Amino acid sequence: MEQTNQTAFEIPSVPAGGFEHVGKNVQGLDAITRPNLSYWQDAWRRIRKNRVAFFSLLLVILYALLAIFAPIFSSYGYADVDSAHMNEFFSASHWLGTDSLGRDLWVRVWRGGRVSLSIGFIAALLNAVLGALVGGLCGYYGGKLDSIVMRIIDVLYGIPNLIVTILVMVVLGPGIFSLIVALIVVGWIGTARFVRGEVLRLREQDFVAAAKMLGVSDFAIIVKHIIPNIIGLIITNLTMAVPNAIFREAFLSYIGLGIAPPECSWGILAKEGVPLLRIYPHQLFVPAFFICTTMLALNLLGDGLRDALDPKLRGTE
Amino acid sequence: MENSQKTEEVLLDVNNLTFSFHTYGGVVKAVRGVSFQVKKGEIVGIVGESGCGKSVTAQCILKLNPEPPGFFEDGSIRYKGEDIIAKKDREMRKIRGVEIGFIFQDPMTSLNPTMRIGKQIEEVFVGRPEVSKAEARQRAIEMLKLVGISDAERRYAQYPHELSGGMKQRVMIARALVGKPQIVIADEPTTSLDVTIEAQILDLLKQLQKELGTAIIFITHDLGVIAKLCDRVLVMYGGKIMERGSVRDIFYRTAHPYTHGLMHSIPRLDLSKDTELEPIEGTPPDLFAPPAGCPFASRCEYAMKVCYEALPPEFPLEEGHASACWLKHPDAPPVEWKNPEEGRKS
Amino acid sequence: MGKYILKRVAISILTLFVLITVVFVLVRLMPGDPITGEKITPEIRANLEAYYGLDKPLPVQYITYVKNLFQGNFGYSMKYTNRTVNEIIASSFPYSVDLGLRALALSISLGLVFGILAARYRGKKLDFICIVVAILGTSIPDFIMGALLQYFFGIQWGLLPVAQYLGLEYTILPSVALGFYTLAMVSRMMRASMLEVVSQDYIKTARSDGISNFRVVWKHQIRNAIMPVVTVLGPVVASTLTGTFVIESIFAIPGMGKFYVESVQNLDYTLVLGMTVFFGGFLILANLIVDILYGIIDPRIRLAGK
Repeated sequence: MEQTNQTAFEIPSVPAGGFEHVGKNVQGLDAITRPNLSYWQDAWRRIRKNRVAFFSLLLVILYALLAIFAPIFSSYGYADVDSAHMNEFFSASHWLGTDSLGRDLWVRVWRGGRVSLSIGFIAALLNAVLGALVGGLCGYYGGKLDSIVMRIIDVLYGIPNLIVTILVMVVLGPGIFSLIVALIVVGWIGTARFVRGEVLRLREQDFVAAAKMLGVSDFAIIVKHIIPNIIGLIITNLTMAVPNAIFREAFLSYIGLGIAPPECSWGILAKEGVPLLRIYPHQLFVPAFFICTTMLALNLLGDGLRDALDPKLRGTE
Repeated sequence: MENSQKTEEVLLDVNNLTFSFHTYGGVVKAVRGVSFQVKKGEIVGIVGESGCGKSVTAQCILKLNPEPPGFFEDGSIRYKGEDIIAKKDREMRKIRGVEIGFIFQDPMTSLNPTMRIGKQIEEVFVGRPEVSKAEARQRAIEMLKLVGISDAERRYAQYPHELSGGMKQRVMIARALVGKPQIVIADEPTTSLDVTIEAQILDLLKQLQKELGTAIIFITHDLGVIAKLCDRVLVMYGGKIMERGSVRDIFYRTAHPYTHGLMHSIPRLDLSKDTELEPIEGTPPDLFAPPAGCPFASRCEYAMKVCYEALPPEFPLEEGHASACWLKHPDAPPVEWKNPEEGRKS
Repeated sequence: MGKYILKRVAISILTLFVLITVVFVLVRLMPGDPITGEKITPEIRANLEAYYGLDKPLPVQYITYVKNLFQGNFGYSMKYTNRTVNEIIASSFPYSVDLGLRALALSISLGLVFGILAARYRGKKLDFICIVVAILGTSIPDFIMGALLQYFFGIQWGLLPVAQYLGLEYTILPSVALGFYTLAMVSRMMRASMLEVVSQDYIKTARSDGISNFRVVWKHQIRNAIMPVVTVLGPVVASTLTGTFVIESIFAIPGMGKFYVESVQNLDYTLVLGMTVFFGGFLILANLIVDILYGIIDPRIRLAGK
C-alpha cells in the first residue's frame, strides 16, 4: 500500500441529500453530561465503590458501636474479679474467655476499645486541628512568623517523637488525659509541616492570585479556595493518624506509662497477655486481633479516602 | 509495495495506524487509521491541537507508548521495510537512538536529574560494544559542540539542574542525534521555551538536518513553526489526518475547513489590529466515543448532512495533496472559504 | 554542600540543646522531690545532690547539669545502688545497637527490594503479595509481632530461641519483630516512588535511547525513586531504634531499652532522664547522618553553594 493519493482512489457514493448544508452544531459539545455532584457526594460515591475501604469503614463503625454498648449490655463488669473462673477459654458464658483474675475478656476488650479508640480519635483530631491551624497560618501569611515557627518545628521535629511522649508521660503520670496531652505535644508537628507545604503551594497557584486580584478577602480565599483543596488531605492524614495514636497508646500502656490498671485499654490487655503466652495464648491473641484489625481497617480506609478525597481525581471512573 | 522506485528512499511507512488505550471509562481511540511516509532527509510536520493524537502517533513509531494500557489495534509501521509493531522490546532497542531518535517536549523533565549530562548523551552507546567508552565520550562532546553548547567538556560533567531551559533542549537534541539516526522525531521540542530560544532551536534543527541528512518528523501545534521548517505537512484532528500536502499546498491551497480554521485562529502581523481573530468554536470530540462522521463536523461551518453520518475518505487533489473532507467529493456543492479578514475589518 | 552540612549540624546541635533543656525542666517538674524513692540511701542522696547541685539557684544547676553531660556524666541510678547511668549505658547500649542495626539492615534492604519488585510487577501476583505484607506490617504493632513470632517460631514449632541474645539464632526473631514495620513502610514508599518515577519524562527519554530495560530501571528509575525514601529514613531509623524498648523486654535482651522500660516502671527518674538524653542524642546523630547521606546522593543538594 502506498499513500492514499497514489493508489487508485475510489470515489465513494453519497446518498441523496447528503450534501445538504447543515453547518456546525457546537451546543452539544460543551454540554455537561455527567450529573452534578458536590465534592462530598462525589467522595461518598467513590468511597462506596471502593469495597475494601467501605468494608473498613463499616468495621470501624462496628467496633465503635461495640465499644460504646457492649460493656453496658454485658452482665459482667470490666473489673469484676472472679476467682472461680480464671484463665478460661472461649465459652458460652465468657465469649472471649477470662483473664488471670477471672475477668470477662469480651467486656474488657470493649471497655479497652472504648479507651483506645477514644484516645486514638481525640488525639488524632486535636493534632489535625492544631497542626492545620499552625501550618495553615504559617503557609498562608509566610514572612517572619513563618520562618520563626518553621525553625522551631525543625528543631522539634529532630527530637525523637516517642522520647518526648515518654518524658511527658513520666511527668504527668498515667491516665487518659495525660496520654492525649503527650500525644498532642509532638503529634501536631507532622500535620503542621505538611499543611504548610500544601498551603504554600496553593497560595502560589493562579486561581488564588486571580481571587486576590478580584479583591477577595484573605478569609474568603482561605475558606473558599485553600480549605476545599486541602481538606481531603487533612482528613486522610487524620485517618492515618488514628491507628498511629492507638499504636502509641498501646505501646505506652505496654511499657507501663499509659493507662494505669484497673482501667484498661488494648495496650494493657496485650501487656497482661504476654506473660501468659505459653499457657493461655488467647489472652494475648484476643486483644492483638482487635488492635491489628482496627489498625488494618483504618489504614485501608485512609488509603481509600486518599483517592476518594483527592480533588484532582474527581469525576474519574 | 507496488511502487518499487519510491521505496528506495522511503524510510518510514506508516499505514492505517490505529492505536488505542484501555482506561477506566473504556477504550480511547487515540489514533484512528493514520497513514504517511517519511523519505530520506525530508522534514515532515504534524500539526494539530492537543489531544489530536499527534504525540501518540509519534511515540508509536518507537513503541514508546506504555503497553498496556495502550495497544495497536490495526495497521502497520515499517521502517526500512521492517515491521516495527511486531518487534519485541529487545529488537526495538536496535532501532531506538541509532536508527530513529526522539526529542521530547519538555527539556525540564526529560533529563534524569541525578545523572550527568554527558553520561545521558552517551547512553545510546551503552550495550553497543562496537563503540568504546572513550569514543562514546568523544562523540558526546563533539555533539554538544555541534548543538552549540560552549565549554562542552565542562558541561559534559554537569547535572541538568545546572543548565538553562534552552541549553537543556540542546542537550536533548544532542542526545537524540548522537547515535546518527536516520530519522529524528521532535515532539513539540520548542513549546516550553521562550520565543527567542525557540528560533535558535529551530535554526539548529534545520542546520543539523542539512549537515547530517537526517529526516525529521516535527510535531507541533504551531503553524508558524511548520511554515518555517517543514517540507510536507500532516494536519491531524480527532486521531485522524484531515489534510496533507506540501507547505505551499497547506498554506495557499488550503483544502480542509479545519486547516482553514486553524490558520485563521492565529494572529497575523499583516492584518489590522481591529481584525478579530476567528477562533474555532467548540471543543475537540471525545475520543471515548468518536462521532460516526467526520470528527470536525460539529465545529465545521460548512458541515453537510453526510459529514455527520460517514467518515470522509482522503480525496486526492494535486500531487501529494489530499483532504479528508466531503466538500472535496466531486458531487459536493462548490464552497468558497468565508474569509474573516474580509468584511470584519472596521 | 558545605553550607548544607553546616546547616544540618547547626540544627542538630540546637535540637540537642532543646532536648537537654526540656529534660532539665522536666526533672524540676517531676512530681515531688526528684530524689524521693524507697531505695534512696543517704549515700545516693549525697551523690545526686552533688550531681545536680540542688542547693544552688536554678541557672547554676542548669550549667552544672550541662557541664556534667558534656563530660559524659549522665548521673546515678536510684534503683541500682551505686551504679552510674554511664555504667548501665555502657553495658546495655551495645546490645541495642546490634539489634537495631540488624533490624534496620534487614528491613531497609528487603523493603527496597520488595518495593522495587512490586512496582516492576505492578498488578501481578508478586505485587499483591508485597502489598499484603506491607499492609499487615503497618497494622501489627511490634510488641504484638514479637509475641506472635515467639509463640509460633519458638513455642509452637520450637525452631528458634525466644529469649536472651547469645548468638545468631537468638537475634533472628527480635530483628524480624523490630524490623517488620519498617520493612513494610519502606517497601510501600519505594513502590509508590517507583511508580511515580516510571511515569516521568526522563524514563521515556532513556527508553528512546534504546538502552536495556535493566539499565533503565537500575540507572534511572531506582536511582531517582530512592531519593524520597532516603528523606524519611531519619524518622524511620529513630522509630526502629525506639522500638528496641519493647522488643528487648519481650525477648529478655539486656539492652538499653529493657533498662529504660524497667526504670520507667520503677520510677527510676534519674536513669530515665540520663538515658533519654543519651538516646535522644544518639537518634539526633543518626538523623544528621541520614541528612548528610541524602545530600551526597542528590546532586541538586550536593552541588548547591559549591
